Amino acid sequence: MTGIFGDGYAIALLLFAGFLSNEVWRVLGLVIGGGIDEGSEFLVWVRAVAAAILAGVIAQILISPPGALATVPDVVRYGAVAIGFAVYLAARKSVFAGVVAGEIVVLAGKWWMG
Amino acid sequence: MNQSIHPAFHPLALPPLHSPRWQSTSAAFALGVKSALSSILALVLFGTFIGVGAFAHDTGFTLGWAVASTVLVWAGPAQIILISTSHAGATVLESALAVTISAIRLLPMVVSLLPMMRSPETKMRQLALPAHFTAITVWVESFRLLPHVPRERRIAFVNGLGCGLVFLSCVATMIGFGLAANLPPLLAAGILALTPLTFLLSTARNAHRLVDKVALALGLALYPLVQLLHTGVDIMICGVTSGTIAYAVHRWRKRA
Repeated sequence: MTGIFGDGYAIALLLFAGFLSNEVWRVLGLVIGGGIDEGSEFLVWVRAVAAAILAGVIAQILISPPGALATVPDVVRYGAVAIGFAVYLAARKSVFAGVVAGEIVVLAGKWWMG
Repeated sequence: MNQSIHPAFHPLALPPLHSPRWQSTSAAFALGVKSALSSILALVLFGTFIGVGAFAHDTGFTLGWAVASTVLVWAGPAQIILISTSHAGATVLESALAVTISAIRLLPMVVSLLPMMRSPETKMRQLALPAHFTAITVWVESFRLLPHVPRERRIAFVNGLGCGLVFLSCVATMIGFGLAANLPPLLAAGILALTPLTFLLSTARNAHRLVDKVALALGLALYPLVQLLHTGVDIMICGVTSGTIAYAVHRWRKRA
């Protein structure tokens, strides 16, 4: 039977492999984080780990880029991030200015070299 | 070091902490929605979920399934893994395993975020929805915005922020599904490049303390080495190692 969510297999896939497998870590986080004091040293470590994981995600996207980003030459991708970061600092920590500068490098680089 | 945020550098649309506009939870929720819609990370999500919607379409899932996955899973990478493993012929159990490995990263995000919203009167179940909304974008924006939200309104605010971002992502999922996007390659590359740029600069801006700066820099430096190991959990190894070294530096400096 196929409904708006697809057949039985698609629904089982979504609920078990999609929702439950993903949500289990949030629930565990709720159990652990729901009872910790904001000033605790443990939290300083957890936050450092979370920030470093995010850094890993960023590095992964740059090293093994998904989809159309893979068609942008390596030097352009890394250059875009470096220039984006420099502009962010120069523009007194403006994320918007940094992102715009990085995007210009990616688009121009792909236009000329891609 | 001065940890306060200079308003001229980071214009906020939020009212001051003692403003009467924080008096009701519904007003705090509305301010959360508004912050979601005006966030630069909303643009990143929009691009990501156009991709998710198009991918779901191309692999034969229904529109309802694609939107439900955005609401229930609420993690772009996990949704891509779910769709691609299933499309490649994996069993439900194999897909579940691949998704859960990618989702471990949510644990430290939830653990570090929830204490910012808690007060002694907070009940566990009030934190369930904020925990569900926690993903990279909500984590980053909460660290930026919650210091400007009165503590007793933070749960309502994050719920508004989460609802706004999920709603926007559902719209993007539908658009992507409808376009079944063969976007022009230049545009597609530009949209995908938003993610690393925005994540990096937003996290750098939020890293007021040395320990967070060191963790961010080490994570970037270490991942290229760790990924050579091809463990399947490279990001976790990189994150735990870099985070722990950064914490050790923090302890060492405190003692010195």
